[in-house]
Amino acid sequence: MIENDLLVKVSDAGLYKNGKWLVKGVNLNITKGKIVTLIGPNGSGKTTTAKIALGLYKNIEGTVERLTNKISYVPQKVSIDWTLPVRVIDFMVLTQDLQDQEINDALNLTGVEHLKNNNLRELSGGEFQRVLLARAIAKKPDLLVLDEPVQGVDFTGEVELYALIKKISETLQCGILLISHDLHVVMSATDYVVCLNGHVCCSGTPVAVAQNKEYKELFGEKSSQLLSLYEHEHDHVHDSDGNIVKEAK
Amino acid sequence: MFDDFLFRALIAGIGIALVTGPLGCFVVWRRLSFFGDTLAHSALLGVILSISFDINISLSIFAVSSLVALILLRLQNTTNLAGDALLGLLSHSSLAIGLVVLGFLSFIRFDIMGVLFGDILSVNVNDLIIIWAGGAIILFVLWLIWKPLFASTVNYELAEAEGMNPKRVNAIFTILLAALIAISIKMVGLLLITGMLIIPCAMARNLSNNPKQMVILSIIGGLLSVFIGLYASFEINTSSGPTIVTVAIILFILSLSRIRKKY
Repeated sequence: MIENDLLVKVSDAGLYKNGKWLVKGVNLNITKGKIVTLIGPNGSGKTTTAKIALGLYKNIEGTVERLTNKISYVPQKVSIDWTLPVRVIDFMVLTQDLQDQEINDALNLTGVEHLKNNNLRELSGGEFQRVLLARAIAKKPDLLVLDEPVQGVDFTGEVELYALIKKISETLQCGILLISHDLHVVMSATDYVVCLNGHVCCSGTPVAVAQNKEYKELFGEKSSQLLSLYEHEHDHVHDSDGNIVKEAK
Repeated sequence: MFDDFLFRALIAGIGIALVTGPLGCFVVWRRLSFFGDTLAHSALLGVILSISFDINISLSIFAVSSLVALILLRLQNTTNLAGDALLGLLSHSSLAIGLVVLGFLSFIRFDIMGVLFGDILSVNVNDLIIIWAGGAIILFVLWLIWKPLFASTVNYELAEAEGMNPKRVNAIFTILLAALIAISIKMVGLLLITGMLIIPCAMARNLSNNPKQMVILSIIGGLLSVFIGLYASFEINTSSGPTIVTVAIILFILSLSRIRKKY
């Protein structure tokens, strides 16, 4: 890991709120071109950790260093009130100035270019997530923080979008902090996994985490096998029929 | 031409409508209508201070309203009281204090109806200058903070994460609202200014499908309310402020037939 590839360094961070620790003792490095995934049960502090990394909390324990300002964020929940009429095209330029071409390209990548002039309230949950993702990648950020970016997306779409996220991290060379529930899909595309349960219960490469005792206790023996299975597939790529097509790296 | 009171009233009304449109949209989008009411109520104290110390009325309203806004921002961080309770507390305490102080000033002749409901026909050339100069400053600042303000209206954390400093633009917006109340009290009155802010925007929402369109339609709605309201108040001899707001309500009701409910 080269030092100047570092984008965010979270050291021993924690957040104490309303009489309890939401999360505690988090160490995390996000570097260019790598995907760091946060996993853990509900209420384990995944979203809190992501927000700590983004600097959204003022009174945290520990330190967060952010070495870039080009940050894009896909929050877990974005709700738009009826009184606020926003089209997809208005939403794309919410925090950034974009050329028409850039807007089209980004929407095209996530497969929702045809919805450009629709109102956000007309979109289905899955379509809305695709728009959120398109907006986040449109300005080619250095750091992308995705809080459950594929919720509500159908299964084929999910696989497709994770593949896209992987591709984005490679082509844009941006660092990605990803929060996800879908262990099976995510793990295969992740470089580093942090397993949270109020604290970091284990972290490392997907394989190392899968072998970890605490991880097995948290997610069950089965998920561990699932992961090993994926690690096994890591050295080659399948086509849609399941045939091995080429070496992957 | 500026000697004609009706003409001055019209120019004042146009100036106010140009500002209430865009600001009102943000008030509606951010669910701040009760907040606007609170600021307006605190304006009574400003009016009374201005009379007792003989300072400019707009300036003293602006100072008191800004102070109340800052106290609110401070209280939000120090108590766990719900937002609406906090606003009610501030709104009525500033109203009550204003009325108590008014009681001490029994020697002053004071047109309370004018403060509550506005007296657009008493607008003089000085008032016009304050309305247009103040309005231009408010619109200019709003234009400067438009993007971060809009982004933080759509999603606060997203805006903050992407470096838009929503806390600062929110505070600036609050000050702009206090300034608008300060320049428009004389025309619409403190009980009706929130109506002038919200009703044309509510009408505009029924007819628009994007934010810019909604702002433009609210300005048009505000202008129409001023034109028709002033004319009507002159013809049928009613108070100007309430008549303007009544026209705005009628426009809103008409707009319901074209409502775009599906988005």
